[in-house]
Amino acid sequence: MLEVSGLRAEVDGREVVRGASLTLGEGEVALLLGPNGSGKSSLIQTLLGNPRYEVTGGRISLDGRDLTGAPPDERAAAGLGAVFQMPPSIRGITLRSLLRKLAERFGSDYGELEDLAGEMGAAHLLDRDLHVGFSGGEMKRAEVLLLMAQRPKVSLLDEPDSGVDLESLPVIGRAIAAFLEGDGPKAFQRRSALVVTHTGHIARYLRASRAFVMIDGTIRCFGDATAVLEDVERLGFEGCARCLRGELVEDGC
Amino acid sequence: MDAEISADIRRRAEEALDRPSPRGPDLDVRSFPPASPAVPLEELISRGSLLRRVGIDPLGASRSGSYLQADEGQAIASSGTPGLRVSTLSQALESGEADPYYWRAVPVDRDKYTAAAELFGGRVGYFFVAEAGARIERPVQSCFLMTTPGSLQAPHNIIVVEEGAELHVVAGCLTMMGRPGLHAGVSEFYVKRGGRLTYTMIHSWSEETHVRPRTGVIVEEGGEYVSHYVNMTPVASLQTDPVVRLVGEGARAHLSSVIVAPGRSVMDVGGTAVLGAPGTSAEIVSRIVAKDGADVANRALIRAEAPGSRGHVECNGLLLSDDSRIATIPVLDAAVRDVELTHEAAVGKLDEEQIFYLMSRGFHEEEAVGMLVRGFMSVRLEGLPEELSRQIESAISMAAAGL
Repeated sequence: MLEVSGLRAEVDGREVVRGASLTLGEGEVALLLGPNGSGKSSLIQTLLGNPRYEVTGGRISLDGRDLTGAPPDERAAAGLGAVFQMPPSIRGITLRSLLRKLAERFGSDYGELEDLAGEMGAAHLLDRDLHVGFSGGEMKRAEVLLLMAQRPKVSLLDEPDSGVDLESLPVIGRAIAAFLEGDGPKAFQRRSALVVTHTGHIARYLRASRAFVMIDGTIRCFGDATAVLEDVERLGFEGCARCLRGELVEDGC
Repeated sequence: MDAEISADIRRRAEEALDRPSPRGPDLDVRSFPPASPAVPLEELISRGSLLRRVGIDPLGASRSGSYLQADEGQAIASSGTPGLRVSTLSQALESGEADPYYWRAVPVDRDKYTAAAELFGGRVGYFFVAEAGARIERPVQSCFLMTTPGSLQAPHNIIVVEEGAELHVVAGCLTMMGRPGLHAGVSEFYVKRGGRLTYTMIHSWSEETHVRPRTGVIVEEGGEYVSHYVNMTPVASLQTDPVVRLVGEGARAHLSSVIVAPGRSVMDVGGTAVLGAPGTSAEIVSRIVAKDGADVANRALIRAEAPGSRGHVECNGLLLSDDSRIATIPVLDAAVRDVELTHEAAVGKLDEEQIFYLMSRGFHEEEAVGMLVRGFMSVRLEGLPEELSRQIESAISMAAAGL
């Protein structure tokens, strides 16, 4: 499904993604772990086609289709969607108007989205300008709703658990989990997601199979999500980096 | 009107006829002779879709009253609503009704444009009165059409909202068939104690039209004046600076302008509020979008002269091309200590991160830009009948789509 190989990207001449490779299978949920500044968000932004991130090497493909140089809207049409860690505030565009437009474009049910907004405690945000004056938790709720309107095959969730109060975390976690379960229990009916998490808090709500560890702009290892999370907890990312010496190893650190 | 007063007004106008406005390109008012329309007003009105663009209902069915005028000639005034009196200015001057309001909120000798309205304007224009306590829900409309090339249109309009009354006015102005000319309309509005006036003005001029509206508003104790101005199209030049004087305790004003300046438009648009009594408050909000060589100065002045008054200015400009210019000039002037005056202003281009964000949600670049421009032009519309809010939204959307 999603294949990233040897991806390199620069921001203002500084290389922030340094040969990252990973794959995400149909219906698979994987965690993307790593210390601050390791390039997780840069990888997500590069996958989304943010023009600030100049791709200098490697390839991104979705279902065999090369998206490496595609504009962001083509990537969205191909089935990529995101929850931004730091979405911009946009004056004059309400959450409701954007949800409506997305529902129309991607064929989702606006009424259902409104119900979901109610369930997520986000109904009061609908008529506010998008992200203007939103708290951390409100921002994530709005982002998750927009993601649901977009219904992407592959969701790139950039720290859905950061800056979120304790009350919001389970709401957001369960909403994402329900969304990713999709239309049925079988893997091919589920949606895929790459979930960036610094703290791992969101992991307990999601059925993540694997975890990738990103250090210094590359994927240093991947393995069973639970095992990797345990190792990171035990050894820290430093220990994780030391034990691997840059080699890709399966089944954790 | 008293002959002496009348002679004095004329004398002052004559003296001011060569007095340029300190702002905006200077024009020779004598080179724009007033004219009567070549086409009967009824026929112009039958071209309904043009009128609807600027918020005018051609048949007036949804309105509490109507005033329509073409060039300096024909005018139609009608009202079928109790509590609302609609007439032409000349009728109201004949009956003496308009005397206490004639050149009392705008000085006749302010500049050559006010002088031209007095001397060349032929005293056409409307006189609307909302009688004491009348709350008139349906808007009254006024429409000014310019049809004769190179001519002057200088109506003199007066609105009186008596004590405790409420009135909504929608004014649509447009040039038909892309003809040039000078529009120098004078508007004098009086909101008496506890009254409320909302004034929605939608302009759709042509690239050859010069526009010099002169507006003065006086608001008494507990009264409120709300104005929403939308300029949808390019003009040759536009210079205006409505002055709102809050003379009674607790009077309020809210002025918003959404100005689209494409092409070679030269604009100097402002708003002035004088907080002249304790506890008065004013807010001036503007959104300017400039493109393709437009040059816009956006002014806002709030002067606080009485304790406990509050004012806020918000000027935002958006440049859509490198060859255009927006200068935003907010001025806060406090003459007493116990006041609160604030302003925020920003001028710039569209934010690349916002464009990318919307594109990543599936919108083409052009769509994303369109959504952001339309979003930028949104202003808070308060206390308007829903239909008027919709009309303003739709005018703004059309203006945004035309960029």
